[in-house]
Amino acid sequence: MNTQTDSSFSVVHPIDHLMRADRLPHILCAGCGIGTVIHSYVHAINEFGVDEDRHVCVSGIGCSGRAAGYVNVDSYHTTHGRALPFALGIAVYNPELTVTVISGDGDLMAIGGNHFIHAARRNANLNVICINNFNYGMTGGQVGPTTPVGAKGTTAPQGSVEHPFNLPHLAKAAGASFVARWTVLHVRQFTDAVLRAMNKKGFCFIEVLAPCPTSFGRRNNLGEGLDEVEMYRQRCRIENGAQDLEPLDIDIVDHEQTITVGNFVDIERAAFLA
Amino acid sequence: MAKTAAKIVPPQPVSRVVTGTHFMLGDHACAEGAMAAGLDFFGGYPITPSTEVAEHLATRLPAVGGKYVQMEDELGSIAAIIGASVAGARSFTATSGPGFSLMMENIGLAAMMEIPIVIVDVMRASPSTGLPTMVGQADILQARWGSHGDYGVVAYCPSSPQECFELTIDAFNAADRYRVPVFILMDEVVGHMAERVVIPDADKIPHVSRKRPQTKPGVEPFLPYAPDKDLVPPMAHAGEGYKVHMTGLTHDERGYPHLTADTHNQLINRLIDKVRLNAPDIIDYEERHVDDAETVVIAYGCTARSARAAVDYARSDGLKCGLLRPKTIWPFPATRIERLINKGSVQRFIVPEVNLGQLRREIERITQLPVVGLNHAGGEMPTPKAILEVIKS
Amino acid sequence: MTVAKENTEIRLGGVGGQGIALAGTLLGKAAAIYDGKNAVFTQTHGPEARGGASRADVIIGEKAIAYPFVTHPDILAVLFPEAYEKFRPDLKPGGVLIVEADLVNPSAEDADAVRLPATEIAKELGSRLATNIVLLGYLVGATGVVSREAMQDAIRATVNKRHLDLDMRALDAGFELADRDTPND
Repeated sequence: MNTQTDSSFSVVHPIDHLMRADRLPHILCAGCGIGTVIHSYVHAINEFGVDEDRHVCVSGIGCSGRAAGYVNVDSYHTTHGRALPFALGIAVYNPELTVTVISGDGDLMAIGGNHFIHAARRNANLNVICINNFNYGMTGGQVGPTTPVGAKGTTAPQGSVEHPFNLPHLAKAAGASFVARWTVLHVRQFTDAVLRAMNKKGFCFIEVLAPCPTSFGRRNNLGEGLDEVEMYRQRCRIENGAQDLEPLDIDIVDHEQTITVGNFVDIERAAFLA
Repeated sequence: MAKTAAKIVPPQPVSRVVTGTHFMLGDHACAEGAMAAGLDFFGGYPITPSTEVAEHLATRLPAVGGKYVQMEDELGSIAAIIGASVAGARSFTATSGPGFSLMMENIGLAAMMEIPIVIVDVMRASPSTGLPTMVGQADILQARWGSHGDYGVVAYCPSSPQECFELTIDAFNAADRYRVPVFILMDEVVGHMAERVVIPDADKIPHVSRKRPQTKPGVEPFLPYAPDKDLVPPMAHAGEGYKVHMTGLTHDERGYPHLTADTHNQLINRLIDKVRLNAPDIIDYEERHVDDAETVVIAYGCTARSARAAVDYARSDGLKCGLLRPKTIWPFPATRIERLINKGSVQRFIVPEVNLGQLRREIERITQLPVVGLNHAGGEMPTPKAILEVIKS
Repeated sequence: MTVAKENTEIRLGGVGGQGIALAGTLLGKAAAIYDGKNAVFTQTHGPEARGGASRADVIIGEKAIAYPFVTHPDILAVLFPEAYEKFRPDLKPGGVLIVEADLVNPSAEDADAVRLPATEIAKELGSRLATNIVLLGYLVGATGVVSREAMQDAIRATVNKRHLDLDMRALDAGFELADRDTPND
């Protein structure tokens, strides 16, 4: 750890070397959950024990897609939906690298949905963190592939009429080796899940629920970011190893409904060209 | 050509460079050119008439330790080859019009991030599904302008299987040298015809490496987008410790998003200028009887084969006729054409194409002289006789 | 206006599975690699090649070949009735016509066509899969469009070792039939 010699008290934060401090201030809103996800990700890199030079972070487009811009590893901010095939190219060409994709629900599951199911089917050696905030936040709150039925967005002012994806169920069905769902409340469990993904060959998928108070929360009576995190505390039920993922739909706007989180799938399956 | 039987070297299927004399499809020759150029990674999606390129590499590339991936679509193919390239691979994909259209999105990313990639587009009659098994040359302008925005590209246009081999090697070298997306605009006729292909010894294959950082990672600062005098920045690869950030957003020399009009204007001008200013080194063409020519035929790809025969027949009939055959369509050899015009003998140009006048427009942009097209929308190429009739008209 | 013709155009016609494309490739290879001439090979693709007649075209010449497609073949060899019907009208006047004796019934105007029992000979030699090679042997033996040595070299360099013996015997059988038809050559 570096300390500044010209000060008697100044201590560098233990994960400073993994952050691009010269990019601050960041673009994320107050109450946004993405910063917590980045925090857990860089802690996992720090604890992983593999040289940080051998980590690669790839993002798509959107607020979550900006994650790659703040972490101090080789990082690539690609086109909308294409983070997964871009990352696959890196991981297949150089299997010694630990490649993590951090992106949002719209990027990975709508415009990039085909790449998602095929990367999982192949069991590509990738860690995928999907920050699910139930809407397109950067562009102002349009509904997306995880927006619950009835939830409001600028493109569904009367509430969404489409059924959303259940992401862990989708990932498992498509062939992922590791599947988890946590929220930004579950910092330790989520960090641990990221570490497990880094230690595992194959396609490792972690959904992490995150508040988007600016674009989604305020339209759907979820309050401020902290209110949404408090709601996670009240509604989440941990069920590690849950066998049947089909009933694990999330209806974030229905305060009566339980949200099941945990590490659901951890299987051995030959990884793709790894 | 002299009888070559005595010199024949039996092909060695597990070597990268299959030195020897072959009778080979254009598609296969293109694949062998990629192999000889040091291809590391292929990501593709089957599409007629380029599938033979992928099929050939599916056998050849893994046999020498390279990586072959059949992707879920062309959106994924091009993303994967850009990803492999940022990790240091010489990477490649093969497609045709419909797939080329899907790739336009990330051609822009490769241009903006300055990632070397090579794409062969074996052109078929289009638009849309068109005539999948029949020839077209109508992707010429799409190759130059297909992704949104301004950027520079390089595009080669082979006329024979031998050139499919040679120009594919040139394409890899140009991609790495200038950090741009490079295209090989083959057409179905050239891709699906077999002809003699002579592959030289491995040490005779030209190789140009990427410019690499001169600083040590983690010790001295490295600016991934600080260009040298030739406007091309050195490239650090993923996993080397430089901790680069690359983005399709407008960025500064650190690679960080810098969303201002001035930064954007400066960056985009450099992307254009690095091809424009290096064009004299990139541009390649062949000329035949142009010195005193009053009629100059400008033709490329399969069409140039008929044009060559037509020009030779016209010459034998005493007509002052010549052929200019661009091997690089982009950058376009405009300066060479202007020099021809300035010599004074040229009275008109004839541009036969299997499209409705795409390259003809480029020539009309630089001259007041008559530019006569011989055009077909696709499905067949012009015969020497058809071109000769225009020359004699 | 006439465009002088310096090349020999050969069209092989048949139906899927008769080895037409391989025969065309071998002929082109013999010319381009082992005889040191120029040769271009093209074939039918896609819907044109599904069912019905397929073709393999080879052009052989001393100089570089410009236009790669056969328009009026100097030599037409057909192994299937539909190929005969489809390609016969393109045959150059005075061109050589070879038909598979048991499958193709040429019309009265083609009374002097060569009726080659290629399939039967191949079966006698061990497999009808060698029909295309019997045809090549006859075509090369009778027309000299490539040298016999070049044809042998091309087959040796191309075909699977397991089939080489059969193919060389099939080629020789074709050569012998050609010698019988043209005893003065």
